[in-house]
Amino acid sequence: MPAVSKGDGMRGLAVFISDIRNCKSKEAEVKRINKELANIRSKFKGDKALDGYSKKKYVCKLLFIFLLGHDIDFGHMEAVNLLSSNKYTEKQIGYLFISVLVNSNSDLISLINNGIKNDLASRNPTFMNLALHCIANVGSREMAEAFASQIPSILVAGDTMDSVKQSAALCLLRLNRTSPDLVPMGEWTARVVHLLNDQHLGVVTAATSLITTLAQKSPEDFRTSISLAVARLSRIVTSASIDLQDYTYYFVAAPWLSVKLLRLLQCYPPPEDAALRSRLTECLETILNKAQEPPKSKKVQHSNAKNAVLFEAIALIIHHDSEPTLLVRACNQLGQFLQHRETNLRYLALESMCTLASSEFSHEAVKTHIDTVINALKTERDVSVRQRAVDLLYAMCDRSNSKQIVAEMLSYLENADYSIREEIVLKVAILAEKYAVDYTWYVDTILNLIRIAGDHVSEEVWYRVIQIVINQDDVQGYAAKTVFEALQAPACHENLLKVGGYILGEFGNLIAGDPRSSPLVQFNLLHSKFHLCSVPTRALLLSAYIKFINLFPEVKPTIQDVLRSDSQLRNADVELQQRAIEYLRLSCIASTDILATVLEEMPPFPERESSILAKLKKKKGPGKVPDMDEARWNVNGNTEHSENTEPTNKSSPPSLVADLLPTNRPRPASYSPTILSAGNMAPSHPFTDLLNMNSSPAAGASLLVDVLSDLSSPAPAPTTGPGPTDVCEEHFSRFVCKNNGVIFENQLLQIGLKSEYRQNLGRIYVFYGNKTSSQFLSFSSSVTSSDTLKTQLNVHTMPVDPTVEGGAQLQQILNIECLSDFSDTPVLNVQFRYGGTLQNIAVKLPVMLNKFFQPTEMTSEDFFQRWKQLGVPQQEVQTIFKAQHPMDTDVTNAKILGFGVALLSGVDPNPANFVGAGVIHTKNTQVGCLLRLEPNPQAEMYRLTLRTSRESVSQRLCDLLSEQF
Amino acid sequence: MQFMLLFSRQGKLRLQKWYVPLCEKEKKKITRELVQTVLARKPKMCSFLEWRDLKVVYKRYASLYFCCAIEPQDNELITLEIIHRYVELLDKYFGSVCELDIIFNFEKAYFILDEFLLGGEAQETSKKNVLKAIEQADLLQENIDFQMRLFAGVMVPNLVSESSGLFQN
Repeated sequence: MPAVSKGDGMRGLAVFISDIRNCKSKEAEVKRINKELANIRSKFKGDKALDGYSKKKYVCKLLFIFLLGHDIDFGHMEAVNLLSSNKYTEKQIGYLFISVLVNSNSDLISLINNGIKNDLASRNPTFMNLALHCIANVGSREMAEAFASQIPSILVAGDTMDSVKQSAALCLLRLNRTSPDLVPMGEWTARVVHLLNDQHLGVVTAATSLITTLAQKSPEDFRTSISLAVARLSRIVTSASIDLQDYTYYFVAAPWLSVKLLRLLQCYPPPEDAALRSRLTECLETILNKAQEPPKSKKVQHSNAKNAVLFEAIALIIHHDSEPTLLVRACNQLGQFLQHRETNLRYLALESMCTLASSEFSHEAVKTHIDTVINALKTERDVSVRQRAVDLLYAMCDRSNSKQIVAEMLSYLENADYSIREEIVLKVAILAEKYAVDYTWYVDTILNLIRIAGDHVSEEVWYRVIQIVINQDDVQGYAAKTVFEALQAPACHENLLKVGGYILGEFGNLIAGDPRSSPLVQFNLLHSKFHLCSVPTRALLLSAYIKFINLFPEVKPTIQDVLRSDSQLRNADVELQQRAIEYLRLSCIASTDILATVLEEMPPFPERESSILAKLKKKKGPGKVPDMDEARWNVNGNTEHSENTEPTNKSSPPSLVADLLPTNRPRPASYSPTILSAGNMAPSHPFTDLLNMNSSPAAGASLLVDVLSDLSSPAPAPTTGPGPTDVCEEHFSRFVCKNNGVIFENQLLQIGLKSEYRQNLGRIYVFYGNKTSSQFLSFSSSVTSSDTLKTQLNVHTMPVDPTVEGGAQLQQILNIECLSDFSDTPVLNVQFRYGGTLQNIAVKLPVMLNKFFQPTEMTSEDFFQRWKQLGVPQQEVQTIFKAQHPMDTDVTNAKILGFGVALLSGVDPNPANFVGAGVIHTKNTQVGCLLRLEPNPQAEMYRLTLRTSRESVSQRLCDLLSEQF
Repeated sequence: MQFMLLFSRQGKLRLQKWYVPLCEKEKKKITRELVQTVLARKPKMCSFLEWRDLKVVYKRYASLYFCCAIEPQDNELITLEIIHRYVELLDKYFGSVCELDIIFNFEKAYFILDEFLLGGEAQETSKKNVLKAIEQADLLQENIDFQMRLFAGVMVPNLVSESSGLFQN
């Protein structure tokens, strides 16, 4: 029995816990619990009123039973009763019960809220704290509704006790996380920022967390926290370790607070004020210097706390990415940790270096550690550390070291843990493609991958190698020869057979001149493995055989015999049977010309993002694929690309295939877009059917159309349709201030849009209505952007069904991500066959910069202060224009709101003017915008003024809005 | 921080604190999965692991594992020291704390945690201030029957590990 010297003993509870522990079996435990539950139930139902102590004891027992993992369906009422007890411990148990169990019984919420309300009003700090803890622990919407508006005033009131302030701050943080819409911003936010100056370090600690959370939501409102945070941090890092008394932890001054302050600063770019900036740099230098000092204690707590601050400082340095000296120092420090005896530090150093590798300032410095990292891959005993080493090698890879890194990863793959094999395969495949100087190396690497880790090679990887071989003329012969040789192995992986079947089917003719790989030898080689493989592979091989019939007329009889055999024509699998029958018929009745057309070599694949990269992104989660996450891949890459120079990333030489967007640092991606992969090519079909030969041969020459019809990218038009169409923008400007409506309509088709936007992300539901009574066939739609726009706006299109029935409506989803401010417009291209004619329609898609507005409420004082701050001539754009519509105040109000800004009343001294404020969210930055519209009814004119921190934004917004009135 | 779990070497859950809304079923599933993952790790392995889209930070004290799940951008080392500070608080309050203290006085373990962490963030990192708050609360119940505090004499067959101090290893 433990000697509990403190607290209130509840003997009954202790006995019950002992009983449970004495139970020899699960059944005995359940029996004992049921006995206890019956006992408690009868006590609660009994006539005799229970005293507070008993009630507390029984509620506590119920809690214990619940925490053991059993369901509790009563006792809530008794717990709520305890809230109104005067005895602290009774109240405390009541609150604990509610905090743990309240979700399961919400009809008591108003009683609970009542208890909380009383305690908040009690002015007794311990009671107030209990109530605040409970709100923070439960954090439900109902509680947010009841208390979110009250807590800010408790937090900033002058007479609130420190401990209550701390609870109130974190309580508010929790409510803001669960119900951000219910936490009102207002005058209190400015006073919260000043808590950073509070004398009580506990208050500062709690407040910093709250401010960080709020600043992430609306950075503009908390910009003043930067200077206060820097000042506070500077005082901490320069203090002697004893200065902060109990906030010093193992000789490290206020480590928790330091980490939180450094986190807060990561919500913002480097301070613009030079003095502030240099003070912050001094702080960061001091932290880096301290890492070099001898430790003040041998305890691990000392080094952990010190290094926690150091890693957070490095995170801030990487976030700013603007001080080359600091970045290189950070890299050197991490380099020391790579060889540290503490596994934890090695792990973190590898992780942190991964982000450093993508900064142009430190990429080279990171690369110097390549040998240490490779060594880690070979010697670390902990798989999670090895995983970090793989990530870092991937991140530091460039043209200069790609061969070494790919070779090391391949050799590690032979013994790698099964849990991380697939990811390594993806990474090797990506690096091999990205840094391929010549494609023979690429083909060799991928075939090696399949040999070493065939089971872990996902479809995306072998789809990709085929896409590349098809698009690169100069590697096709080598690929055919290499797969032919690889297939000689007595046991080869089925994935190799897939690649081999496909490539020989397309390019077997390139090696057929050599008698050792004559058509018949090729066919026999493939067919010798046919019976050992799965149905999808066999289906693919059958398609390769029909391609052989076209390539090599001399083997036609042999192949026809195979197709004709019972094992094919009467195969139990309907897909195989159908292919055999159809291919056999096709080979018998079609003339050589028709065969040559139908079975022509595959056309090049359209440029698109690597499906492997998409897969890796999905696997690793958003934002976890450093450096290359913005890379768009050009499978049509040709030698011209190697002449390109990448102005933004001098450290990595131009690549043959990767057509990098100008990006030099990772950005936290907030969502992972769904990207079409090769696997989507035949979405309705269960087979991995790259050849897409499952359509009936009667479809004849339209096979090629089918192959491309599902793709999101505009297909190289295989049919001769009408020439380029005019882009329709008739209804475009109507969508500036609204999100839903009809954007296009003619006799055949109506296109409607429903859009929603949140921060820098948007989603558009496009509805295609077939107004006719007959089908639209080969329906496809895609979105194209200018080259500039592609770097500013990502638009991902979901595939659509190729058929639209008469009178039916088809829905398509477009996911939009705004990377930086833009002024071009994406175009929606729709193509379909109606009654035999190909229809082409192009419509300007109403995605404009103002869609990424978040409204910002502010006071008159704030507004004018900011207005003045944006006083540089380039930041302001003004235009005077004639009213095109009647000048109606309500309509104007609605339009300004629809534009996306908050409409601020009482700001402008002239009440007839309109004033608005908002923040444009892009992935890279946020741009605060202020606008003022002054109507002149006599002259029927308007004057519109916009001020933002960015010239291009001011201009674009002004152009958009001035056409609306 | 998203949640904190305390569990024994035998996989018995001793304390659970959730800072994100989850249903009971999901909580049980997460607990089961995580307890298994952590117990399977060898002693010298590093204290951090990626788990789903979170980072898990854990440390073993005698028979008990303390395990926190934090978000990807959170600081692992400072979380490790959050665990340590919590153990220190328990140790100071109970006087050489062991697993049994936490089993028999689970409510106290929760109260101390609430004073230290709230909403998943450190509320008060000074050991003195946290304990002052808890002791003040203890003083408030002076009127409890004195006899009830001396509940000696309940026979419990203790596992040796459960009664060994968390700081002994």
